Amino acid sequence: MWIQILLVVALLALGFVVLRRPGSDSHQALRRLLYGLFVLAAILSVLFPQWLSWLARLVGVGRGTDLLLYALVVMFFVFVYTQYRRNVAIQRQLTLLARRVALQQALEEERAAMTGSGAPAPDQSQAVTRQSDASPSRSTSSNPD
Amino acid sequence: MTDASPAGPVPAPDTWVVVPLYNEATVIGDVVRGLRERFAHVVCVDDGSQDDSVRQAAAAGATIVRHPVNLGQGAALQTGIEFALAHPDMRYVVTFDADGQHRVEDAVEMVRRARDENLAIVFGSRFLDDRTRPGLLKRIVLKTAVWVTNMTTGTRLTDAHNGLRVIRRDAAERVHLTQDRMAHATEIVLQLNRTGLPWAEQAVELIYTDYSKAKGQSLLNSVNILVDLVVR
Repeated sequence: MWIQILLVVALLALGFVVLRRPGSDSHQALRRLLYGLFVLAAILSVLFPQWLSWLARLVGVGRGTDLLLYALVVMFFVFVYTQYRRNVAIQRQLTLLARRVALQQALEEERAAMTGSGAPAPDQSQAVTRQSDASPSRSTSSNPD
Repeated sequence: MTDASPAGPVPAPDTWVVVPLYNEATVIGDVVRGLRERFAHVVCVDDGSQDDSVRQAAAAGATIVRHPVNLGQGAALQTGIEFALAHPDMRYVVTFDADGQHRVEDAVEMVRRARDENLAIVFGSRFLDDRTRPGLLKRIVLKTAVWVTNMTTGTRLTDAHNGLRVIRRDAAERVHLTQDRMAHATEIVLQLNRTGLPWAEQAVELIYTDYSKAKGQSLLNSVNILVDLVVR
């Protein structure tokens, strides 16, 4: 049946996108295209309720509601994946923030302890500059919109 | 404790031992004391422990770097490496597990080898000799991890998830771990391999106590590691 082919293709495409390295811009473009299609389909379904049933029969599904369910399942997977990516990005930012706090505090404590004994103080600026060069530049583009 | 021990005269002043620490209060004191006999700088990166770990480690003479929240062992390792790098006189970083399964003698030997043979990286391996005898299931998990690591990094290691490593400053500067959880063991191999600096593996013994067995990697967790590595 057509619907089986469509669903398998959609899921395969999803799997491919997940495995591919996120080339942020194209990801965002794809999401926006899908979003546009969704809006268009929604408007069409409101204006011509039979349209969905017609499309469903065309691809070999009995009713329009069934087609809707299938589409929902695919969209759900897209949602799960997008949220996963977003979580990873947020976790990354949290890590960098927490690390900076941890290093700053530890180096300050160490410096305070050392000024008493007169030993050379560690170079704090070095640790802080290293923090910034690992900034998650591509994570900002993974926000779903 | 440094009363003319047989092999080590002075605790190495240019070596920082980094110990990622998370809820190991019962053993961390002994681990740090053991390390302090041979190493001047022992840094425990506390990853948000809820138990007495920090106090025990500090009392035993470790420098403490505290994560305000729990981030994972990979994140703790990276923090520890960056802390060590903040010290200009640091030449070697030793990564060492907090659960007491590594031998301090092995770490000393690995640093000595890095110096003598001018190596930038020395990985510890429990599979180079037959001192360590993991159970069958653990062996399968570890060997799978090695296989995945070698496939994804293009190296030929015999042991992947071994927490004992020696990293020279120039190599440590090029480590940027982004895998906060356990997949960092593969990631660090990948990044160190990319440096193109000379490396070697050294036979080390892992002491499987009931404590470390209970804390060790479960089979299910290796699924997590795989997913972390594949889905980016």
